[in-house]
Amino acid sequence: MEAQNTQDGASNNPNSTPANTLEGPAPSPIAAALQREHPEWTLEIIEALGETTIVIPREHIVATCAFLKAAPGLEFNFLADLCGFDRGPEEEPRFEVNYHLFSTTRHHRVRLKVVLSEDDAHVPTVTGIWRTANWHERETYDLFGLGFDDHPDLRRILLPDDWQGHALRKDFPLRGYEPYSLE
Amino acid sequence: MSATLNIPPQFEIVDRPLDTQMTISMGPQHPSTHGVLRLELVLDGEMVVKATPDIGYLHTGMEKLFEYRKYQQGIVITDRMDYLNPLGNNLAYVMAVEKLLQIEIPERAQVIRVLMCELQRIASHLVWLGTHALDLGAMTVFFYCFREREKILNLIEAASGGRLTPSYFRIGGLMMDLPSGFERRVRQFQDAFLSALGEFHKLFTGNRIFQKRTQGVGYISAEDAIDWGLSGPSLRGSGVELDIRRMNPYTGYENYDFEIVTEADGDVWARYLVRMREMKESHRIVDQALARLQPGPVKADAPKVVLPDREAMKTHMDALIHHFLIVAEGFDVPAGEVYMPIEASKGELGVYIKSTGGPKPARVHFRGPSFVNLSALPHMSHGAMVADIVAIIGSLDIVLGEIDR
Repeated sequence: MEAQNTQDGASNNPNSTPANTLEGPAPSPIAAALQREHPEWTLEIIEALGETTIVIPREHIVATCAFLKAAPGLEFNFLADLCGFDRGPEEEPRFEVNYHLFSTTRHHRVRLKVVLSEDDAHVPTVTGIWRTANWHERETYDLFGLGFDDHPDLRRILLPDDWQGHALRKDFPLRGYEPYSLE
Repeated sequence: MSATLNIPPQFEIVDRPLDTQMTISMGPQHPSTHGVLRLELVLDGEMVVKATPDIGYLHTGMEKLFEYRKYQQGIVITDRMDYLNPLGNNLAYVMAVEKLLQIEIPERAQVIRVLMCELQRIASHLVWLGTHALDLGAMTVFFYCFREREKILNLIEAASGGRLTPSYFRIGGLMMDLPSGFERRVRQFQDAFLSALGEFHKLFTGNRIFQKRTQGVGYISAEDAIDWGLSGPSLRGSGVELDIRRMNPYTGYENYDFEIVTEADGDVWARYLVRMREMKESHRIVDQALARLQPGPVKADAPKVVLPDREAMKTHMDALIHHFLIVAEGFDVPAGEVYMPIEASKGELGVYIKSTGGPKPARVHFRGPSFVNLSALPHMSHGAMVADIVAIIGSLDIVLGEIDR
């Protein structure tokens, strides 16, 4: 297994491997595989700028991540990044959580997206699938105020524990609230 | 006699010889935490039971600031994140914006980007080597490393005008072309560097105290390293052959011949060897980039995005108008989102930019390799000695400016 993987790496063409192992149209073999296996998990597939974005319903995000990690030919064993986004206080749904997945054996990438409304802004944690999600989710909780259900250690990470508000929300002013206070 | 009776119960001294655990705070002013990192260590004697990093002392809200600045103004913010590898940060950011704008970069600009980034990687690794050695008690190496690094900083200063904050890469190309005589100066550095690298090996690699303190310390297996999201030399030190320059090539790295350095052991010593050998590979890439350097433009043909030449502004009215509009109002970036990963000196540096149109980004997120690598520290340091913590932090090569952002 390992030896074969390193050969894939030396082939110098990150796109050839997944296209060969999966059927379906060339542009998005990853999204096609997910849609074929579990059509109810994909709300929307966006192909833009050479990147694939799959919008996933919140209740299926953990199952989707587990599937993408385990499925042969996909093998998304590396969570490269997890970050939030605030569309603005007047938008509905307001928040997005982006999961950037990478495969250390197939060398392809995909972005998963979960959209959340403001009054129900929580999503199940994926720390059970990749332990690296721990700090990413803490950062997203800290700066956006999004909850991650069943997270083992959901505390603020960059800002002090007694900070008021969530700094990367669009309605949080750039210079914070005055007078500056940690009360 | 009465004094002992008045002690409140919570301060009562209980004799529990088996309960030897204690919690101490290492940092944020500790010199070998490389900045303002605080570790909460639970110790049993000299053994670390639990290490909990506490970060955020350097948090300055840079990601928030991006949303209030035009795209081209964001470049100077990136310099201040991983301040040992500012050109790598510049590169990741400008390439993400270029991807949103769908701009083609001229060949010469791409080669210069590779050249400068590899010089910067060597400089970054030299700071790591010097401070890692200093942490482990070898003082001399530090001075030798900074001597070599100074030469690279002089080169970066010659090209961009800045030593630590170059902002040399701009959206659509470079700030300006290389100064005359630059290639000769790079060759001078190149000629001297390999013997300097040999000096470092003589000074430090063969040192038996250093070997004893690093071999078998801070072990992480390949599976755990991937699970914890380690990247760059820290991941390759666990035997995983992964380098984004090869796997998802960018800015022309597919044309360069270099080896992906891996060491199988997964300890501090392996990560040390990976970085030492990587400097030699970077040296090779710089040689190849010098050979590929051909005259040509260093800015893309995109007048609405790239600032015009000074001379053109004096003779062409449209150049003057474009200059005014770019500086005063910025340029519109079409709506969309990109994630641009590069192989920075410390690992995968990913930039996520979300644009909703207009001259300012809606969201900029930096996936800093130091941030993710540090999160694996509790895993690596479990059961280590207190003194090993210093070696493990050094082997992760963290920069707090990038962790806290």
